[in-house]
Amino acid sequence: MKNRLIGTSVPRKEAFDKVTGRARYVDDVSFPGMIYGTTVRSKVARGRLRGIALGPGIPWDEFVVVTAKDIPGINAIHLINDDQPCLADGVINHPEEPVVLLAHPDKHLLEKARQAVVLDIDELPAVHSIEDALAKTAVVWGEDNIFKRYTIEKGDIAEAFANADVILEGHYETGAQEQLYIENNGVIASYSEEAGVTIWGSLQCPYYIQKALIPLFGVGPERARVIQLETGGGFGGKEEYPSMIASHAALLAKKAGVPVKIIYDRAEDMAATTKRHPSRTVVRAAVMRDGTVVGLDIDFAIDGGAYSTLSQVVLSRGLIHAAGPYSCPNVHILGRAVATNSPPHGAFRGFGAPQSIFALERHLDEIGKYLGIAPDEIRRRNFVKPGQTLATGQVVRDDVDMNVLLDRALEAAGWGDKKARFAVENREEGSVKRGIGLATFLHGTGFTGSGEKFLASIVGVEATADGHVRVLAASTEIGQGTNTIFAQIAGDALGVDYDVIQVGQPDTAFVPNSGPTVASRTCTIVGKLVETAALGLRQTLLGSGLLEEPYSSEQFVKACSAYVARSGELRAYAEYKQPPYIKWDEDTFKGDAYGAYSWAVYVASVKVDTLTYEATVEDFVALQEVGKVIHPTLAAGQIEGGVAQGIGWALYENVVWKNGRMANDRMTDYIMPTSVDLPPIRALFAESPYSYGPSGAKGIGELPMDGPGPAIVNAILDAVGIGIPRIPATPEVVMEAYLANTSVTRVCRATEVARG
Amino acid sequence: MVAPHVDVSNDEHAELLACRSLVTLRINGRETKLTIAPWTTLLDLLREHLDLTGTKKGCDNGQCGACTVLVDGTRINACLTLAVTKDGSEVTTIEGLSAGDQLHPVQKAFIERDAFQCGYCTPGQICSIVGLLREGRAKTTRDVRELMSGNICRCGAYANIVAAIEDVLTEASHTPDGEREP
Ligand code: FES
Ligand code: FES
Repeated sequence: MKNRLIGTSVPRKEAFDKVTGRARYVDDVSFPGMIYGTTVRSKVARGRLRGIALGPGIPWDEFVVVTAKDIPGINAIHLINDDQPCLADGVINHPEEPVVLLAHPDKHLLEKARQAVVLDIDELPAVHSIEDALAKTAVVWGEDNIFKRYTIEKGDIAEAFANADVILEGHYETGAQEQLYIENNGVIASYSEEAGVTIWGSLQCPYYIQKALIPLFGVGPERARVIQLETGGGFGGKEEYPSMIASHAALLAKKAGVPVKIIYDRAEDMAATTKRHPSRTVVRAAVMRDGTVVGLDIDFAIDGGAYSTLSQVVLSRGLIHAAGPYSCPNVHILGRAVATNSPPHGAFRGFGAPQSIFALERHLDEIGKYLGIAPDEIRRRNFVKPGQTLATGQVVRDDVDMNVLLDRALEAAGWGDKKARFAVENREEGSVKRGIGLATFLHGTGFTGSGEKFLASIVGVEATADGHVRVLAASTEIGQGTNTIFAQIAGDALGVDYDVIQVGQPDTAFVPNSGPTVASRTCTIVGKLVETAALGLRQTLLGSGLLEEPYSSEQFVKACSAYVARSGELRAYAEYKQPPYIKWDEDTFKGDAYGAYSWAVYVASVKVDTLTYEATVEDFVALQEVGKVIHPTLAAGQIEGGVAQGIGWALYENVVWKNGRMANDRMTDYIMPTSVDLPPIRALFAESPYSYGPSGAKGIGELPMDGPGPAIVNAILDAVGIGIPRIPATPEVVMEAYLANTSVTRVCRATEVARG
Repeated sequence: MVAPHVDVSNDEHAELLACRSLVTLRINGRETKLTIAPWTTLLDLLREHLDLTGTKKGCDNGQCGACTVLVDGTRINACLTLAVTKDGSEVTTIEGLSAGDQLHPVQKAFIERDAFQCGYCTPGQICSIVGLLREGRAKTTRDVRELMSGNICRCGAYANIVAAIEDVLTEASHTPDGEREP
C-alpha cells in the first residue's frame, strides 16, 4: 500500500459548503409544525424543591409543560453512575439544575413564560470549593463528597523521601474554562409511537445520546435514533452535555406531538453547560542535588460539580499524566474528584491532563530554580527513555528521545539567544521584562487502559451504486477534519482518488458504533479501523473477478458499481482488536495506560509589564512527535487552535463564580484570545510511526492544551522571578504574587533533609 | 423563592404581537419587501423570514462577529441591527458572495489556506474580510489582526485566516479590479 493521499494536504471534504454558507447546522434546520423549547432552571445552588407554580399573565393552555413526572422511564441522564436527573425532582444540587421544560411556537412568548414560572425552593447549605468539599463543610454527595478516589504507586516513596537531599513542596491551581464553541448547543427532537425518538443535533457522540434516551423512554435502540448535523465546534463541550438537551427536547416533543427545537443562547450555554474541571495539586518532590527527582508525592484533586458525570474518567487521565515523561522511580499519586454545587464540569480538550501537567511542569522549574539548574537541564536529568517505566509501570515502547525533541524545540525558539538577551535587557530601566519558559510532556492516545477493548468499536465501508466508497462510522466531524482524514486513509488503502471516498453522515440508524469522538482517538483508533475495513472491501473486489491489479481509480469505480449491480451490496467491516501487549489493571492503575503516547516540547516567550502586571505571549513553539502526520495543514491547524485555547486558559479565561454559578456569562466578560492577542504559533512535528495507527499515526488534538499553561507561567518566572501558583495568570493574579514577592520558598517548601 | 418577572399582561402582549412594520431591502441583489415585528433584528430577518441561514448566530449580542453581513458595503453585526433601521439598504450575505460554483476570491483563499475548522465563524469572517478590503485600511499584518479582532474563531484558525487575507490583498494589488464589489 503506497501513500498518495496520506501526508498531503488535500482540501477539506466540507470546504465548499462551509465557505458558501450552505453547510446546515442545527439552528439552520426546521421541520413542519416545529415549535421551540426552553428550560426553567433552579437558580439556587442547593435546596429542596417544594413546588412549581405557573405565574400570571401567560396563556399557559397554549404551552407544553414538562416536569419530572412526565418522564416515561428512569429520570437520569445515563452515563456512568446515573446520579444526574434529567429534571430535578425534589432535590436541587446546582443553580442551573433543569426543573421545568416549556414549549411554544413563539420564541418571544416562550421567554416570558420561562420567567413566569415560580419555583418554591428551601435553600440548603452548599459547597463551592475543593477544600470545602474535602473538609465536608456540608455533605452534598454520597457520604464524603468524593465521587472517586484513585492512587498510583511505584517503587518505595518513603525511602525516597528519607534519602533525598531536598524536599520541595508546591501548591498549584487551575481554573474552570468554558469551551466556547461559537455554535451554541442545540438539538431538534421528534417523537412518534412507531419510530420512537429521533434527534438531530450539534454533538460529538451520537451513541452516548442513544444510550441516554433508551432508559429515559424505556425503549429499545431501534426507537432511539440520533443524527449528527454539521457541528460548530465541540472541544469536549458537546461530548456528554447534548444527552441532556436531547432528552429535554425529546420529552417536549413526545408531549407536544410535534418536533421541538431547543437552542441555548450564549448566556445559558456558558452558565449551564460543562466546563473544564478546576483543579488543585500539591506536589512534593524528593530531589538530589544534581536535580534527579527520586520521589514524587502528588495529591491531585478536581472539582466535578454537582454530579459525577465523566469526572472519574477525567480524574484517571489527570492522574496518569501527573508524573509526566520522566523516569522517577518512586511515585505516589492520590487523585480525588469531589462534588460541589456548581453545574457538572465535563469533557474539555486534554481531559484532566492539562491540570496535572501544569502542576508538575511548574514544580520542575521551581526545583531547578532552587538548585540553580536551568529548566531544560533539570528535565534532561529526568527524562524517561525507551525501555524505562512511567508512573504506572508501563514500559516505554515508543521510539522517542526527548533530548532530541528538546534540542530541536530550543533551537527553533532561539532559547539560548533569548536567555542571554533578556538577561541584559531586563536589567535596564523600564517596566517591561521578558522571559522564556518551557514544558515537556506526553499525552496518551485513545481511551485509557482497557477502555478501547470494552468499546470494541466497529467501522464499515460500503460501495455505492455509482461506484463510490462510503465510510460508515459514528465519528463526528466537528472541525478537526474527521471526514477528510478518513477519506485519505480509505483512499490510500484502496489505492483510489480522494474524490472516490465519501463519508456517511453519523446516524445511529445507519452507521455502526465506532465509539465517541473524544480523546484524540478518531484518527488513530477509528482511522485504523477505516483502513482495515477498506482493505477488506478491496480484497472482496479483487476476489470477485471484477477487478485486477494493478488498477486505476476509474477501473476501481467501475468494478465497484458492477459488483453492486450484480450482488446488491458491497460492504466490509472492521472491529477493534487490542494490541496484544496491552495489560492494564483498572484497580491498581498498573500497566499499559495507553497503547501509545504523543510526546512534546513547548516553548513560550513572554513579556510582563510590571506596571500593569499584564503578561503577553510574544512567540510560541510547539514541537510534537505524533507518529505520522496524515494531513500537514489540518495537523498544524489542530495545534495552533489548541495552543490558542491553552494561552486563553493560562492568561485570560477566568470563570467568575458566584454561589456556584458562572457570573460572567457573556463573551465580553469572559475574555478569550482574539486575532490580536495571539503570538505567532509555530507548530512543528517529528514522526516516529506507531504500528497500530493508520500509517503510523498517533493522537494530536489534545496535546496542544497541555503545554501552554506551564510554559507561559514558567516564562513569567524567568522574566520577573515570580512563581505564579495558579492560572489564569490574570493581571490580578500576577500582581498578588508580585506584591507578595513570591519566591520559590513561598511556592515550595524546601526542607534540607538531615543526613546521618 | 424566586420572583417572577412578568411585566407585560396578556392583552399587552397580544397588542405588541399585532404591531408590524414594513421594510424593503435589497438582499443579495434581490428586492425584498417584508412585514415584520419592529424589534426584528436583521439577523433574525435573514435567518427566520428568508431562510438565509448562512449568516450565523453565535451570541446575539454583538460579541462574536458570527453574524457579520455587509450593509451598503459596510460590515456590521446583524444581531445588533434592527432590520427596520436599514430600510432601503443593500444587504449582502455569504450567500450573495458566490454565484453558483463561482466563488468570491476570499472564499477561494479560505479553501486554499484552510482558514476554518468547524466553519461556524466562517461566513462572518468572510463577510468581515470583504468589508475590510473595501475599507482599504489594512496595510500590515498587525492591521489585519487588529481590524479582524471582532470576529472570534474559537477553533483558532487565525493564522490561516490572516494568510488568506494577505493572499487576497497581494492579488488585489497586482490586479486592480481583481476584487469584486459585493
Ligand atoms: S451573533 Fe452577532 S456578534 Fe455574535
Ligand atoms: S472555524 Fe470554528 S469557530 Fe472559527
